[in-house]
Order: sequence, then structure tokens, then C-alpha cells
Amino acid sequence: MPLLGHLSLWVAFLVGLWGGITGFAGGAHRRDLQQSARHATFALFGALLVAVISLEIAIFRHDFSLEYVAAYTSRNLPTFYLWSALYAGQKGSLLFWATVLSLFAMLVQLMTSGRHRVYLPYVAAVTCAVATFFITVMLFAANPFERLAFVPLDGRGMNPQLQNPGMVFHPPMLYLGYISITIPFAFAIAALLSKRLDSDWLVAIRKWTLVSWLFLSIGLILGMWWAYVELGWGGYWAWDPVENAALLPWLVMTAFLHSVMIQEKRGMLKKWNLALIIGAWLLSIFGTFITRSGVIASVHSFTQSSVGYFFLAFLVLAAALSFALYASRLPLLEAEATLESMVSREASFLFNNLLLIGIAFSVLWGTLFPILSEAIKGTKITVGPPFFNQVNVPLGLALLAMTGIGPLIAWRRASIPNLKRQFAVPLTSGVFVLLILLVAGVRDVGALMAVSIGGFVFGTVAQEFARGARARHRQYGEPTPYAFVQLLARNRRRYGGYIVHVAIVLLFVAFAGMAFKTETEATLRPGESAELKGRDGHVYTFTHLGVSQYNALNRQVTAALIDVRRDGKAIGRLRTEKRQHVDALGNPTFEPSTEVGIMSGLRVDLYVVLAGLVNGTEQAVFRFTINPLVWWVWFGGFVLVIGGLIVLWPGGAPVAVKGPSSQAGYAVKLEAER
Amino acid sequence: MTDGTRREFLIAVGAAFVSFRQTVQQSDSQTAGRVYDPQRAGRAQAPITSGDTDARIQAIEKKLRCSCGCGLDIYTCRTTDFQCTYSPALHKDVLRLAGQGKTAQQILDEFVKEYGQVALMSPPKEGFNLSAYYLPAILILAAAVWLLWVLDRWTRDRKAAAKASSTSPPDATPEELERLRRELDQLPT
Repeated sequence: MPLLGHLSLWVAFLVGLWGGITGFAGGAHRRDLQQSARHATFALFGALLVAVISLEIAIFRHDFSLEYVAAYTSRNLPTFYLWSALYAGQKGSLLFWATVLSLFAMLVQLMTSGRHRVYLPYVAAVTCAVATFFITVMLFAANPFERLAFVPLDGRGMNPQLQNPGMVFHPPMLYLGYISITIPFAFAIAALLSKRLDSDWLVAIRKWTLVSWLFLSIGLILGMWWAYVELGWGGYWAWDPVENAALLPWLVMTAFLHSVMIQEKRGMLKKWNLALIIGAWLLSIFGTFITRSGVIASVHSFTQSSVGYFFLAFLVLAAALSFALYASRLPLLEAEATLESMVSREASFLFNNLLLIGIAFSVLWGTLFPILSEAIKGTKITVGPPFFNQVNVPLGLALLAMTGIGPLIAWRRASIPNLKRQFAVPLTSGVFVLLILLVAGVRDVGALMAVSIGGFVFGTVAQEFARGARARHRQYGEPTPYAFVQLLARNRRRYGGYIVHVAIVLLFVAFAGMAFKTETEATLRPGESAELKGRDGHVYTFTHLGVSQYNALNRQVTAALIDVRRDGKAIGRLRTEKRQHVDALGNPTFEPSTEVGIMSGLRVDLYVVLAGLVNGTEQAVFRFTINPLVWWVWFGGFVLVIGGLIVLWPGGAPVAVKGPSSQAGYAVKLEAER
Repeated sequence: MTDGTRREFLIAVGAAFVSFRQTVQQSDSQTAGRVYDPQRAGRAQAPITSGDTDARIQAIEKKLRCSCGCGLDIYTCRTTDFQCTYSPALHKDVLRLAGQGKTAQQILDEFVKEYGQVALMSPPKEGFNLSAYYLPAILILAAAVWLLWVLDRWTRDRKAAAKASSTSPPDATPEELERLRRELDQLPT
């Protein structure tokens, strides 16, 4: 099987090269080469699928003659995690990446409608070229089918922190997001190469862009959840370089999803939209470089290896080629219309884009600044969460405000009476929330601003839904609940987008909640208690009930049980563990890890960590944390995904797209009549 | 069994019972039994002291980076990664310096003197580091000003073009203009 897998990689390499060459050479003219490039994507997927199946079989057979299988699995690793071992390490994840990319490359060839087929040879070429790069890295620097000189009795096993359901789903989701950006990028390059630079290519990539954004969003949320339940530091976002690297393409894609509407409706921002798509893809490769090169220290990164040089070279080459092509086509990218007013939806989208790209830049700048400082000044520095919070929180609040302002301003031009009418309810809503918070005694400026601006945005969305439903009720006589559903069903893109805005509000409010986190440490014997007063006004009592030790499938567990009371009333028990993972022979494989005990509620999460035991007795050291509003992060993430799915769902009202000569609708008809 | 020996036996049993109860109560509240295998529970921990939970110490430690490579501050690392040997040692250094009566800033300065600027969780606002803090904001403001200027120019150009077209005679016949009006009226609002 490993031999078959290795051979499949070579076949995939040759097929990928062929697909790239024939796709670019076939271009818009040679039909035989175009067909060949199309078929190459199918063959590429087939070859890589064989490689994946070969590796999975080796993993499930515990074939420790393979270095990868020995390094990331063991005989007693639960079956659930044997599946995820495919992408638990550098080499396997590269294979996973290339295979999913080839799957997308094949799907785009099969699913693209006739109108956009002209782009497909170039799309096949770009996707094959990118996949070939990943296969090259595997063949020459990180081969998942590399054999060991001797066969160990058992493997090292999977890192305990990866043995969490969140880690089974988080990496594939994030990879799917990263990988699927290649499809819009390939269409952008195809549009540039074919010089068909009207808005048609945007229609072809609309769904792919949303798919990519949605996967990135799910990946980010799942990553936050994993960090919260597994890493044990009591938070979900630490501005770690790898977290930042995942956030960057998400921010740029979000900017694109907004600015693309201006190109569709007005034929403007062609240069900007192309630059955003190219930038988002380059940032996804940059994120991969950061994660895999070890150039910046991160808890999330793979071990340092030579693949970083491959990625750096590829990043530089891809950026140079893409922007050279882009620059050569600039004369063809003139806007078909200009802005009519500074106070218009178009202008507000531009400022929304400015903020999103500004935040992306500040995150990128902060992530790279330690390298720059060392290179330029020779001074090693740390750029940690205090820096990122200081720089990004004001920008984030401004962006949140724009989320509410944008939908209130009319397309083309907004009049003063119109603005007054539009802003009255949302502003009242925001001020009302602010007053409630002040009366409740909240004095944290950041939290006050986040929640009251959230109130404003929520007011905007509620007003949009209410007006839309009322209009349907008046026009069609539909009952209000039915009108609401119809509104959503008929214009999924607009109202699904508003649901995403509500999710963003929920997320910001939840983030603000962390300003009210309280924590303490305590040493407790069985029967002893520690008290902690939360900012929700309740006193929580944690009583240590005792420590038990037992063996599980691949670990030796030391568990502490805690009785929890709120204001003296029992509300449940929490269990926090130390886990010593062992191989099938009972030998320890990693250092002991900690499992957090979490009691999640709408207002607060109770978060208990067993630090360790005192002198080998049941007397234990604990950290108790009260985290406000964390549940709303996960709920906000859920709402965001629902909103994204509504936007993505097929059907609904068609969106009119401005063609190259349709700047003014009536002009086309007059011209035809002459 | 004689009366004497029976009495002695009952006294002995009674005393043993009382002693056992006291032992149980003591073990419940003051002592803790040994666990089966302490090695499984990771590195042994020392009981928490008042210095560990001192808010001032914690605030200082949140500004200092642990040197184990985790990227976390000393406080977060020592209360998260219980296998780390660096953060407890650095915590002791902070406690020692605080015990010498040093202020928070003096403690931070001592760490910078010992380990360099890398010891701080965020770079000090001086020299080249200022660009880290202010360049994004400056660029965003510059881009905003540029954007406003471009938007203003676009809208002015558009108004000028509209004005020019309204003053010059229309390049269309009256029939064409009438048809245009009809078409415009038919457009959905």
C-alpha cells in the first residue's frame, strides 16, 4: 500500500504538470488541449485519492514502517482519531490539502455552467499548477510515504491536545476554507488571461467565494472552541501567529463579499475586486507558510522543516506573476460608472472595505513585526495580545458601526430626509442599550461601546426585516410571520447577509464579556471549598470532593470532582483531569495534559482547571475562572453559519449583474432600435 | 469474662471508636490521602500562597512573556501549562523583586535588563517600535483621506459632466428624446 501511495503521488505530479501546461497552452483556442486539461483535473483527483486511501489503510493497519504512521498514531489510538491522523502532521496534511484542491478542481469543471466555460481551461491550469506545487513539496521535502529504517513495536501516538473532537473538525474546515480560495483565484487569473474582465467571472465564482468564506468562518469558530476547551488558559483567542494567519484571508474575503456587490450593481471597483481575490489567495498561502515554516513561534504550528522554503519561494513567485499579469491588464479594468454621491451605499462599502483591509494590515503588521524588528534593528521583541487588542479593538468597533451604517444608506445617493428616517430607529436602539448598561453599573468603556454599537446594528437589521415584511404584507396580504419567511426566501443574499450581521453583533457582545472575567487559584483538600464572586452578582462555591485514578484506552487518568453551588444552591458537578497518555505497552508517550471542567451557561461559564496534586495526595491545586458570555460566541458562530448557508442556498431571486455595456438600462434598447 | 475485664473491654472499644471517628474527621478536613500513582498527575504542585493570587503580581506577570516558547505571559503560562518549569521560576523572580519593594515598572525594567525587550508581551512605545503601534492607524487614516478625495473628485466630475450636458443642446432628435422619456417611465422604480 505505501508503495502504491508513493507511486500515486508521482502519477499525480505528472498529471498535474500536464494539466497546467495544457490548460495554459490550450487557453481560448486549442480545443484538444482544453479537453486534456479538463481530464487532467479528473485524473489528478483520482491519483491523489488513491494516495489518501493508501495512507489511511496504512494508518488503520498500524503500519509503523511508515515514518508518518509511527510519528502520529499508536496501536491504542481511538478509531475516531485514526481518521484525523491523516492531517495531524505536516506530511499528511499536505496530502489532504492537495487532494481536496484536486476535488475542487474537478467539481468546478463539472459544475460550471456553459456561459462561464470559456474560463475553465485556465482554471484547470491554475488549480493543477497549485496542486502540483503541493505534490512537489511532498515528493521532495515531506513525503507521507517515507519509510523508517526499522519498524518500531508501537507508534508515538497523537499529541493529546489533538485528541479532541474539535481538532477532528477544525483543521479540515480551515483547510477547506484555505483551499477553496484557489477556485475564485483561478477564475480571476482566467479572467485576466482571457481578457474577459467584465463582471461575468464574478457570477461564476460567487458560490465558491461564499463556500470558502463559510468554511473559513466555521474553521475559525471551531478553532476558538478547541482552544477554549483544550488549551486550558481560559480564553479562545490569543492573537497567536497561526490564528492571525487564518484570520487574514477571512478579513479579505469579507471585504470582497461586500465590494463585489458594487461591481455587480454598478460596474465599479473591478481593479479592487481582482486585487482582493488575488490578495486573499496569497494570504492563504502566507498562512500556510507561517504554519509550516516555523518562522514564527506558535503553539499551533507544525514542527520546523524545510517546507517553509518551498512555500516562501512559491509565495514570492505566485505574487510576482499574479500582480504582473494584473498590472498588464489595468487598462482593461476601467470602471463603467462613477460614484454619484459621497453619501451612498457604494461609499459606505468602500469605507467598510477600508476598515477590513486596515484590520488585516494591522494584524499582518503585528504578526510580522518581531521578524522586522530583528532584521532591521537587531532587537528581539514580543508582539502579544496587549498589542493586538490596543491596535485592533478601536478598528473592530468602527467596523461594527459600519455593519449597521451600510444597510441604512441608499444606493447611488441618500437624501437628508431619507437618512433621518433610516437612522432614527437604530440610533434610538443603540442609545437605549447604552442607557441600560449605564444604569446597570457597567463602566468599562470598551464593553459599553461594543454592546451599544451592537444595539445600533441590531436596530438596523430589525428595521430592515420589519420594513420588508410590512411591504410584503401590504403588497401580497401575507400574514406577518409568513411575510418574514418569504422575505428571507425570496432575497436570500440580502437577508441572509443581515443574519450574518446579527451574528457579528453577538460575537462582539460576547467578546466584550471577557472584560468581566474573574479568576482565582486555590489549594483544596477533599471537603474544602473556594468561593469566587462573578460579575453577574452571584457567589460561586467550589467544593473539592476527591481525586480518583483509573485507566482508559490510551491514557491514565487522574480526575478531580468539584461540587458547584451558586449562592449556596447546588447547580452541578465539574470534573477536571490530568491525562498521562501511554502507548500499547503502557509507556508514557507525552507529558501529562490537562482536561478542563466547564459548566456553560447563558450568562457565565464556570471553568475549572486541575493544576496538579500536592505531595502526591488528594490535596489539589485548582484554577477557577468565571468567563461571562462565552456561550454567545458559539451561538454567534452558529448564527453566522446559518446566515451564510441562507446566502449560499440555491434559488431565491436572481441578482442582476451589470454587463459591460449595460451601464444605463434604457441605452441598450435605444441602440438596438436604431 | 469477669466484670472487670468486660468493663475494660467496653472502655477499650469505646475509646477505639472515638479515636477512629476523630481520625476520620481529621482526614476529611485536615489531611488528604495519597493517590494510587502520583506520577500520573503530572508535576507536583506547591500549595497556593498569597503571592500567587496577588492581583498586583498577576497584573505585572500579564505584561511579561514566559521564556519557554509558548508565547503566553508568565501568569497565563504558570496557570495553564503545569509542566512548564520556566514560568514558576519567573514567577518567583517577580515575587522576589516585589518583596524588595520594587514598583511594577521597576520589575518590568529589571526583566528587560535581564532578558531584553523580548521579555515584554508588547514592545515599549519608543523608537522603531512606534511604527508597530501607529503605522496601521496612520495608513488607514491616509487611505481614508485619499478615499474621500477620490470620491469627492468622482462626484464633482459627475456633476460637472451633468451640468455640461444640460447646458449644451442634446445630441438627439425630439422623437428620440420622447422615446427616451417613455422608456424611462416604463422602468420599474
